[in-house]
Amino acid sequence: MANLNTEFLGIKSPNPFWLASAPPTDKEYNVVRAFEAGWGGVVWKTVGQDPHVVNVYGPRYSALLNGDRRVIGFNNIELISDRPLQTNLDEIKRVKRAWPDRAMIVSIMVPCEEEAWKQILPRVEDTGCDGIELNFGCPHGMSERGMGASVGQVPEYIEMVARWCKTYTRLPVIVKLTPNITDVRYPARAAKQGGADAVSLINTINSIMGVDLDTMTMVPSVGKQGSHGGYCGTAVKPIALNMVTEIARDAQTAGLPISGIGGISTWRDAAEFIAMGCGTVQVCTAAMVYGFRIIEDLCDGLSNFMDERGYANVGDMVGKAVPSVTGWSSLNMNHIEKAVINQDSCIQCGRCHVVCEDTSHQAITATKDGKRHFEIKEDECVGCNLCVSICPVPNTITMRTLKPGEIDLRSGMPVPGEYANWTVHPNNPMSSACA
Amino acid sequence: MQIDSSTPGVHPARLPLNQYDHNFCDSHASLNLAQAKIEADRCYYCFDAPCQTACPTGIDVPGFIRRIADDNIRGSADLILSANPLGGICARVCPTEVLCEQACVRNTGEDKPVEIGLLQRYATDKFFEMRGAPLFTRAASTGRKVAVVGAGPAGLACAHGLARLGHDVVLMDANPKLGGLNEYGLATYKTTNGFAQKEIDWLLSIGGIEVRNNTRLGTNVQLDTLTREFDAVFLGLGLAGVNAIGIEEPQAAGVRDAVEFIAELRQARAYSTVPVGRKVVVVGGGMTAVDAAVQSKKLGAQSVTIVYRRGSADMSASGYEQDWAQKNGVHIRHWATPKALLAESGRITGVQFGYTRVEGGKLLETGELFTLEADIVLKAIGQSFVAQPLGSTLELRQGRIVTDDEGRTSNAKVWAGGDCRLGGRDLTVEAVEHGKVAAQSIHAALSA
Repeated sequence: MANLNTEFLGIKSPNPFWLASAPPTDKEYNVVRAFEAGWGGVVWKTVGQDPHVVNVYGPRYSALLNGDRRVIGFNNIELISDRPLQTNLDEIKRVKRAWPDRAMIVSIMVPCEEEAWKQILPRVEDTGCDGIELNFGCPHGMSERGMGASVGQVPEYIEMVARWCKTYTRLPVIVKLTPNITDVRYPARAAKQGGADAVSLINTINSIMGVDLDTMTMVPSVGKQGSHGGYCGTAVKPIALNMVTEIARDAQTAGLPISGIGGISTWRDAAEFIAMGCGTVQVCTAAMVYGFRIIEDLCDGLSNFMDERGYANVGDMVGKAVPSVTGWSSLNMNHIEKAVINQDSCIQCGRCHVVCEDTSHQAITATKDGKRHFEIKEDECVGCNLCVSICPVPNTITMRTLKPGEIDLRSGMPVPGEYANWTVHPNNPMSSACA
Repeated sequence: MQIDSSTPGVHPARLPLNQYDHNFCDSHASLNLAQAKIEADRCYYCFDAPCQTACPTGIDVPGFIRRIADDNIRGSADLILSANPLGGICARVCPTEVLCEQACVRNTGEDKPVEIGLLQRYATDKFFEMRGAPLFTRAASTGRKVAVVGAGPAGLACAHGLARLGHDVVLMDANPKLGGLNEYGLATYKTTNGFAQKEIDWLLSIGGIEVRNNTRLGTNVQLDTLTREFDAVFLGLGLAGVNAIGIEEPQAAGVRDAVEFIAELRQARAYSTVPVGRKVVVVGGGMTAVDAAVQSKKLGAQSVTIVYRRGSADMSASGYEQDWAQKNGVHIRHWATPKALLAESGRITGVQFGYTRVEGGKLLETGELFTLEADIVLKAIGQSFVAQPLGSTLELRQGRIVTDDEGRTSNAKVWAGGDCRLGGRDLTVEAVEHGKVAAQSIHAALSA
């Protein structure tokens, strides 16, 4: 059985799965249930100054559903903790004492004033928690008050607050980043510059889930009006994974510990975030959709995967896939693939044909010898992967890599054996080959 | 005397009164919203969809299913009804397992097609429940008049098509109610809550269709008069003749035609008034045999047996229908042919059968006999077209009217479709297509 024990910034947890700062980590009751279920740690739902904020008493959530009503995306207009600070701190202290082996991180959001941070940090540290996470991500409600995403969007503020935190507490500092920016590398660099020990990302994305066309009102609405919320869940995973990767492979932030967040619903999602450089992963929506017991599947799946592949520790996998990511200009222009349709498992739905015919390269037949038959025309196929992407039957359309020397029927030219990218391509006016 | 399923003889009211509603309720619950959405999601939206090709009326199946998934029920019904104006009843009676669903690509690998029939029914039922503005309106009047004789699926489809194109239609039927087979020839549980009539009401609501009930060709009206008085005539005549059982029938109570029994049930004011035997034998192997047998069981017959002279695969009732019969407690015996109807004191008591087998492609009797007790024998050997009311003006072959693909007969002013037309599989959906195509052909001829 693979060892899922994780150490992140010196914080130990029995597995890399932490519950993200959100309603599931709002209070002692939930967190104890989570620890009983097996979660490795929690980031306690963001605490702030008194008087505490108040949530709307109406719809705060809405979901994007697929045809059979499975949640694929989720959004919320929930605020930070709506309970007095001391209540939270007392509970955090009790829970950490009762569960010393679990990671206990406290998320904090107070105004961008040194005094505010100076005040709150010792009180948080006094709970015995393992670290703090600075909530620079929340895109709604708090950002209008100059906190949350409005801080996360200004690298100078991130650096400044991170520095205050490193000054006023000995706890490890994690900066939670907002995706509602143009280039996530800038806030990440600022966090590092300010002395933060790690970043976590992504927080939620600005979103409006939909419109009720009967009432012509946005969804969800409180009474007759709504407000944009934060988008999360399975649907945001590719965005989160990209941002994590950007930070992992940026020269200025490479090696900065990352706690991955964003649509992690399965062990496979978690493994992908770890492979892209995350030391731990944080989960919220999946727990809010299925309950805490999914931790069993997350741990079991990850552990079995590690056993199959021979990874002894989670740490062995961290960042393994980062070198596979590069810029477009570095891609090998001499690498050529063609789609192949397995006629034995093809069910003849013809979707590959029609999408290739209508929207791509007219490279798939519809008939052969007067019969319905779908087959790749290699002389037209550019290897774009569209047919593979839309085929409803698993492993029925696959890609085949042409071997060096093999003739590409589309160009009539043999496949070159050597690597050559756009920077040296003859069609590139700036190419070194043209020089 | 307390009458129940075990009481000998032929009696109505064999069951407690509250049992009838249960027995004759909709045989298949319609899908609910969640089921319809999930099922619609299973459709792959195939290119040149095989299901559409397999539908005699060519309904855009992927299109109407996608519209269900997209909450566009009106659009879904539009796609169905514009290809098949009787799409609601067809969703109930089509042998989908040998038509659209048989062609579904989901059968490959999963052996489980998309439930196209149930989805079609969902869309049409919902549309009829909530319909707003008319889906179809009449074109400007052409001033041309067309007689449509027979208000079954073919005649109705033709009348609707002609009315849409702006022609004035006179729709005649020998029966007091319109619908033909839909009204008189289907098991009650296939079209509950007066659905057949509701669909006809919708179909006629397009306007321009004058209905003349109780008008029988050859009796109340003659074909040559119609061809004189109208610009065109469409014949959508049903099969009025019932095939003989092929053996001597004694003068004894208890032998009747299955079609007549089915019609009596459809028109009965209460099922409890329809008499049924304790032991029922149905001779035949088609849909009519199954409908008659299952309904006998539902009326409270103790034992019901369908006897067919060949094997299961040869029966014209689909495998699905055969299963349905058996699930309803009907026993099916194959490889036997009736030899004698046994009677005592003027009442049927049983049927003697001879075993059959196939030798060298020919059906032979083995010479061995067996007897089934019966107090009712229902004949479901098939029906035939009675051509005599046509006079001698149209070319016939194998007892049916010869037409081209558009339904044109040997008389330039007469078109024909449905069961009276030569060729085809005697399916409701095919009759609808005949009527639909003939309407276009008539329109083309009148516009020329």
